[in-house]
Amino acid sequence: MELNDFLTLLTAITIAVSCSLLGCFLVLRKTVMVGDAISHSVLPGIAIAYLLSSSFNSVFMLIGAAVFGVFTTLLIDFFHKKLKLQEDASIGITFTWLFAIGVIIITLFTNSNTDLDQDCVLFGELSSTFLDKIIIGDYLMGTRSFWMIFPVFLIILVFILFGYKGLSIISFNEDYAKSLGINVGFINLIFMSLVSVTTVMSFESVGAILVVGLLVIPPATAYLITDKLKRMLIISCFLAITSCIIGFYLSILIDVTASSMIIVVSGCLFLLTFGYINIKKTLIF
Amino acid sequence: MKDTIIYFFTDSVAFKVLIGITIISATSGIVGTFSFLRKKTLVGDAIAHSLFPGICLGFIFSGTKDPFYLMLGSLITGWLSVWLIDVLTAKSKLSSDTSIAFVSTFFFAIGAVLLSFISGSSNGNQSGLKDFLFGKAATMTNDDINVFVFLSLIIFLVVILFFKYFQLISFNKEFAKSIGIKVNLIEFLLSTITVLTVAIGIQSVGVVLTSALLIAPAATARYWTNNLPKMLFYSALIGVSSGVLGVFISSTKENMPTGPWIVFILFFFILLTLLFSSNKGWFSMVRKQRINRQKMAEENVLKVFYQLAELGVKNVTYSEFLNKRQMDTKELTNTIVSLIKKGFINNDFQLYKLSEKGEVEAARIVRFHRLWELYLTKRLNFKEDHIHGTAETIEHLITPEIEKELLKELKFPTADPHNKNIPY
Amino acid sequence: MENSSIEVHNLSVSYQNVPVLWDIDFTLPKGQIVGIIGPNGSGKSTLLKAIMGLIPLASGNVKVLNKNLSLVRDQLAYVPQRETVDWNFPASVEDVVLMGRYKKGNLFRRLTKIDKVIAQESIEKVKLEKYKGRQISQLSGGQQQRVFIARALAQGASIYIMDEPFVGVDMSTEKTILDLLIQMKEEGKTIIIVHHDIQTVSNYFDYIVMLNTRLIAHGPTNEVLTEENLQATYGGQLNIISKIQSIIKEKEFPLREKGFEDK
Repeated sequence: MELNDFLTLLTAITIAVSCSLLGCFLVLRKTVMVGDAISHSVLPGIAIAYLLSSSFNSVFMLIGAAVFGVFTTLLIDFFHKKLKLQEDASIGITFTWLFAIGVIIITLFTNSNTDLDQDCVLFGELSSTFLDKIIIGDYLMGTRSFWMIFPVFLIILVFILFGYKGLSIISFNEDYAKSLGINVGFINLIFMSLVSVTTVMSFESVGAILVVGLLVIPPATAYLITDKLKRMLIISCFLAITSCIIGFYLSILIDVTASSMIIVVSGCLFLLTFGYINIKKTLIF
Repeated sequence: MKDTIIYFFTDSVAFKVLIGITIISATSGIVGTFSFLRKKTLVGDAIAHSLFPGICLGFIFSGTKDPFYLMLGSLITGWLSVWLIDVLTAKSKLSSDTSIAFVSTFFFAIGAVLLSFISGSSNGNQSGLKDFLFGKAATMTNDDINVFVFLSLIIFLVVILFFKYFQLISFNKEFAKSIGIKVNLIEFLLSTITVLTVAIGIQSVGVVLTSALLIAPAATARYWTNNLPKMLFYSALIGVSSGVLGVFISSTKENMPTGPWIVFILFFFILLTLLFSSNKGWFSMVRKQRINRQKMAEENVLKVFYQLAELGVKNVTYSEFLNKRQMDTKELTNTIVSLIKKGFINNDFQLYKLSEKGEVEAARIVRFHRLWELYLTKRLNFKEDHIHGTAETIEHLITPEIEKELLKELKFPTADPHNKNIPY
Repeated sequence: MENSSIEVHNLSVSYQNVPVLWDIDFTLPKGQIVGIIGPNGSGKSTLLKAIMGLIPLASGNVKVLNKNLSLVRDQLAYVPQRETVDWNFPASVEDVVLMGRYKKGNLFRRLTKIDKVIAQESIEKVKLEKYKGRQISQLSGGQQQRVFIARALAQGASIYIMDEPFVGVDMSTEKTILDLLIQMKEEGKTIIIVHHDIQTVSNYFDYIVMLNTRLIAHGPTNEVLTEENLQATYGGQLNIISKIQSIIKEKEFPLREKGFEDK
């Protein structure tokens, strides 16, 4: 394997696995659309952070992401609960508005030479992430994109390992969790912040729309395959990795963007699973 | 500003854009109303994403950017997405939001692959396809406008012809089914016009933001009226106003995107409506609460005056008042000032006294309080030590109509459960 | 009261400004099976949620074993309505019952052997040991209900609060659950059940609370289960009360005044 391919794939896989782990709980809690909304709504945060520091690599970005991510959930809640607007409309209005602001900021304040252009917003630039290598002394330490997502990945891993019980009980039966005195609001806050931070850290590589695919598709497939939560988490990671590898090589083969090809492969795996399960069902009955 | 307006009516390109946006926003406003009422606005978002591969396919097969082929392609994939969402939700344990998110990202990714495939091939004609992603309001052609006009006329016609059915299905699907309406067929029609609407919508604001054109005007209109035909009209009106304003604002600076500005303005419409709407708005709620509080304070003060008078204290000082009932001094002052203005209380330096008018009013409050206490014990079997708290609130709510009923039911009583006199 | 399990004082709850519960005031005894009955929309489930501290109160307070809820939360076990969760959730019977052992303190730690033993015992008590490893969506309605009860048992509380446990269960499950309840009562536990089937009330409950937004009556079943009380509970809302409710909704009026205390 070529070094550059390896580096690109490593970034893709780290992003995909991080998204899958969080996505499992989004799917189980039926809050996928909130995740979708967050991934779009962090755009103004990214744009502002980019303007302030003129690069993707900054603490601003993380803060901007977390702030806008949490702001999105609060705004949706405000519309839905305080102003009594139905939930789907609350979500739709919130994220389109924030996304629009993001686009306006980008077009107003950035010139055409910056990295933050409209293509990047939609598709990301996974295939060129290997250009930005970090070299310390004579040693190659990996790419910058990898080092952006890797710490987030570690945090997610720790959060899920230690918070597994909390996350699962809240996803299954939130009222019951509250009745046990579990601090549901706090766990939710951390969870949604992690979703925002992950979407932002993977933004440059896969863009705002395709990241939703990584959050939803592998977990949804795993959910169809298994009825055990731990297996669901593992299978969805496995599916994410498989999609990354197949998608990446296919994209080289037919010369198309890698990030979208990964989602297409992942979606095809989903449809195959769905078809297989339904055919099996009709054969049994 | 004046120059801008003149510019739009004299410059034919700009005028075209204005016409195009007007048609798009009006159609979206109307069709979006039905999506909103059926709580299916996010399906609109999925459709918007799903049109993207259709547009690319239309281009690949026709080799041109002729709006007819692009529209045809997008109609097919748009339809496919609606169908797939239904199948996934019905035939698997996935919830509808997961199905929607899956379909929208999957189709979008296919579109992205196709687009990069087209860009890779040496067809030099493809440059405009990307415009669909963020909208291309500024570059609309005559062909585009013709297609818009044609499609929106069809959509309007369908809405007018099938209005009764759409209304029924949006309100109560099960009932529609029970009276023998072919719900599937009507839903098919609704989905089709939604796909068509989104297909012309993404031309102006692009894939991500089109759903806003469907959701925001309808959601805003919902707060303006409870009547469906009016709601459709308002929704179209709000859509068009935001569209036109968006075009104006974005034209003030070079390279400013139209779509995001339209969405931005739509959001302000809904925010203003949600905050200021006369019956359901947040401010009206806050205002009602303030009025309630003032009313309660005034009535409570009058009541205390009455109770003190019963004990023989007719000229009341602050400290006597506060001995009888705890109240924030500042609020007490404000309330007394307001009562003096209304002529319910007279004051002689620091001594306060009910006027004749005030006595009648105070007696009314006390009567309500004691009547309610009696009602609670007589009719609802409340124990005597639990009635005072509720009566404290209800005394402010009793209308003359309810009073009449209470009096009739309790047979014009003269004493309350604590054996206090009920004044008439 | 010395021997009370739950005391509710002047409790009011409103939902979107409509009063759902209105000045409820009662004390429940210990060690009995208590039924909360009333028609649909009478606020039964809301009352349970209010007792469990799951929803904000418009007024009043709740005391559990003469203390504030936060001090004795571990003495209270909640069995929600079966339909409130998605049974397709990827978990086995054992996984769900083990959730009864989760609490604030051990949320980030592993469950102990003791926790597992307790869960196993709870599963045996509801006679589901054969289904221990089974996915919860593959259970019948009655079995799912028993899983929820086993989860509550695993909490080891002294007061059990159950929302409609007899809805959608077969006769044999109803019998199993009932036997279990009686056994729990003999062990000194208090059980509070929201119930809607009037036919079975006198057989199931020692003590009942009759509810229709306001409290109609409460007391030992044989004393309060009268024709008159049933009429008041199920005979629809009193005209004057419903008029006042609609005024409260329309004018955004508070259910209780704040800041005014008579001396």
